[in-house]
Amino acid sequence: MTDITVGQNPPKPAPVDAPAHSYLDTPSLWSWLATTEHKRIAILYAITVTFFFLIGSGAMAVIRLELMTPQADVVSDEAYNRLFTLHGVVMVWFFLIPSIPTIFGNFLIPLMIGAKDLAFPRLNLISWYLNLLGGLFVIYVLISGGVDTGWTFYTPYSTMFANGAVIAAAAGVFFAGFSSIATGINFIATIHMLRTKGMTWFRLPLFVWAMYAVSLVFILATPVLAITLVLISAERYFGLPIFDPANGGDPLLFQHLFWFYSHPAVYIMILPAMGVVSEVITCFARRKVFGYTFMVYALVAIAAISFFVWGHHMFVSGMSPYAGLVFSLLSFVVAVPSAIKVFNWTGTLFRGQITFEAPMLYALGFLGLFTVVGLTGLFLASIPIDVHVHDTYFVIAHFHYIMVGGSLSALYAALHFWWPKITGKMYPESWARFAAIMMFFGFNFTFFPQFILGYLGMPRRYHVYPPEFQALHVISSTGASVLAAAYLLPILYLTWSLFTHRNAPNNPWNATGLEWQTTSPPPPENFTRPPVVNKEPYDYEEDRDPDRPANPQLAGAGS
Amino acid sequence: MNSGLRLFPEEASTQAPATDTLFLILMIVSAAIIILVVTLVITFSLRYRRGTKANRGPLRDIISREFEIGWTAGTCFLALFLFWWSGSADLSTLVPPRDAMEIHVVGKQWMWKTQHANGAREINALHVPVNEPVRLVMTSEDVIHSFYVPDFRIKRDVLPGRYTETWFNATKTGTYHLFCTQFCGTEHSRMIGEIVVMPKDEFSKWLHEQPQSADISKEGAALYASLGCASCHEGKSRVQAPRLAGVYGSAVHLRDGRIFTADDAYIRDAILEPDKHVVAGYEPLMPSFEGLVGDDEILRLTAYIRSLKGKGRAG
Repeated sequence: MTDITVGQNPPKPAPVDAPAHSYLDTPSLWSWLATTEHKRIAILYAITVTFFFLIGSGAMAVIRLELMTPQADVVSDEAYNRLFTLHGVVMVWFFLIPSIPTIFGNFLIPLMIGAKDLAFPRLNLISWYLNLLGGLFVIYVLISGGVDTGWTFYTPYSTMFANGAVIAAAAGVFFAGFSSIATGINFIATIHMLRTKGMTWFRLPLFVWAMYAVSLVFILATPVLAITLVLISAERYFGLPIFDPANGGDPLLFQHLFWFYSHPAVYIMILPAMGVVSEVITCFARRKVFGYTFMVYALVAIAAISFFVWGHHMFVSGMSPYAGLVFSLLSFVVAVPSAIKVFNWTGTLFRGQITFEAPMLYALGFLGLFTVVGLTGLFLASIPIDVHVHDTYFVIAHFHYIMVGGSLSALYAALHFWWPKITGKMYPESWARFAAIMMFFGFNFTFFPQFILGYLGMPRRYHVYPPEFQALHVISSTGASVLAAAYLLPILYLTWSLFTHRNAPNNPWNATGLEWQTTSPPPPENFTRPPVVNKEPYDYEEDRDPDRPANPQLAGAGS
Repeated sequence: MNSGLRLFPEEASTQAPATDTLFLILMIVSAAIIILVVTLVITFSLRYRRGTKANRGPLRDIISREFEIGWTAGTCFLALFLFWWSGSADLSTLVPPRDAMEIHVVGKQWMWKTQHANGAREINALHVPVNEPVRLVMTSEDVIHSFYVPDFRIKRDVLPGRYTETWFNATKTGTYHLFCTQFCGTEHSRMIGEIVVMPKDEFSKWLHEQPQSADISKEGAALYASLGCASCHEGKSRVQAPRLAGVYGSAVHLRDGRIFTADDAYIRDAILEPDKHVVAGYEPLMPSFEGLVGDDEILRLTAYIRSLKGKGRAG
């Protein structure tokens, strides 16, 4: 089916077994390190992001092992603090924030809007090198013994009291931040300038809208983080009195600056996930997305409101209680666009032709977990409850539901959904479904007990804890091992599929996006002729014949 | 403190049932929404899985539009209602009762120091009477800590260089956890203590059995004398300074037009940064005591100034 025609003639499907030429063709190391091509840069990011994911997970494995018993038995206090700081810094800035935008955004935005590349290909390469530079600082910190401030770098602890390489860690995050800003500028310019003929704003796939919203947050929020990190380094290194009250500084100023960035950063992690899920659910429900314009406005509204809710991290900090009320109100308001999204994804299933391939299982898992996140967000927006559960495992569970349950489920959905396009290989479907289901259960097994722990009063960042919390910690650690297996399994079978598995057809899911109209993997120039768009997005309505197999090329492979 | 599986914390203060009611209401709302979403997803997944004979005609735009407006308005009202409820619950507990007994808390890496009004001190522990409001005036000697008693549902950060306050009214005798919940360095997880809630008579007995350091305000009086505060503030020299009797809790008019309530935080600032708090009608003559007096001493001076209340207006 050709909802979207490419030029005057639909492209001849390239021979499935051997695409004429693809972006993967030249294998020399230099051709990769000096590439300015968005698809290759996406692969470079995929490699570094995976590397940091493994480091961050390794730190967490030790932490979960330590928490099996109330006493300290695996590591010292000092090592424990350094491990959770490493976990936080790496996972937030070197895994979650770059993950979907820099891998899938880089790879897909030009393909989805019918462009040859991003607007600034060399800036794109610089972004990766900046990210790598930041990463090298983090590796230096790791080798030199670590930092124990927590990923939040609260002052005056981080500036006047902490041992360890705080400035190097701040520098790492600083460079990673500049990488994000450059990526954001690149995406915004690309989406404004390089849409192909007929690709109007309201024909953009929701994934592209999500990337647009996240880019706005990147360029508006990240500079504040950069300034804050410079101020920390200035106070720590030169003793400039900024945050330390002993010299007339204000420690709450730091928290305002930090959360002004770091709350929107949560949305940097979840907006791309929402984009992915919108693509996947429409494809496997064979249905136009329910309320496209509402979905777009909800994305933009979430991005906008995210700048005005940072104070809900500070209800117990000593901030004015009346300011607290305003932030509480705004935090409740952010639930509205989030709820719109959940209901619209659910509505998209209505009257669909639903099949349950692995990406769809991940997306449905996301839908459930995101609902839990939104609702526990209401608890944390209520000041009396937040006073009780702030800085306890309740908050840990809440943000892992959004970051791990939400963003990571969506990342795996994206990985499976676009794997055929990126690599030209199919993945083994039944293994993938098994991993998706295991991830959903492993995730809830790990993190649901932490809600209970938190309400009981178990504080976060505790190396040793009172014995009555042990049972729930043991459940959580056991779940974490299931979760770890569920993360590693896809890495194994996907790697294996590169060498042995079937070659992918151009459009294995019969999806409508422009990216499926070119070869798998795509040629360096993406399209042989500039495509022309003459339909709304997600126009699956022609695919209504129930007897027709969902994915012609996959017929018989499961379901 | 057994190691069995507990699912809900103890309710040991007047705040606890209030917080828990809100928590349970939100649980019910959340459960309803989760059941709704999960039921819809499962129903649609079964009914509209590929190959079933369900009706799949397109939806009329007007219908989908009404749905959108319906659930947007619905969640909007729900959000505002929940805000109103939790916000008013928060406001009603903001101000401690006037007659609350006052206890000073100083956090430092990695211990809690508490001091009762009569001067009795404790480390990593706090004894309080049951059914009596207790106000905590807290500060830190180094980094930010946070004073958390889960079974009371109270928490407040403890900051260096300023005072924060919280209060509770314990309703059950027993021993409860005190945790530091703001990461404060290597032994953060060992910065814990216990709150012992005792019947009133036992408490007063306990309090009198404590090694009596002098009454905290008497200690303050001694400091007040040794630092030479009296020479200006009691008019024995030519230098004019405001009288302090009765000043605690009253409104202070500054030269620059600002008006402050003379509470603990104000007095602290006035001692450490007198230039910024010149009272209307006086010259900025007072030297700063920054570095000369520590947090503990400021607490004692404040207690002394507060004790001058009774002698008040007459002097």
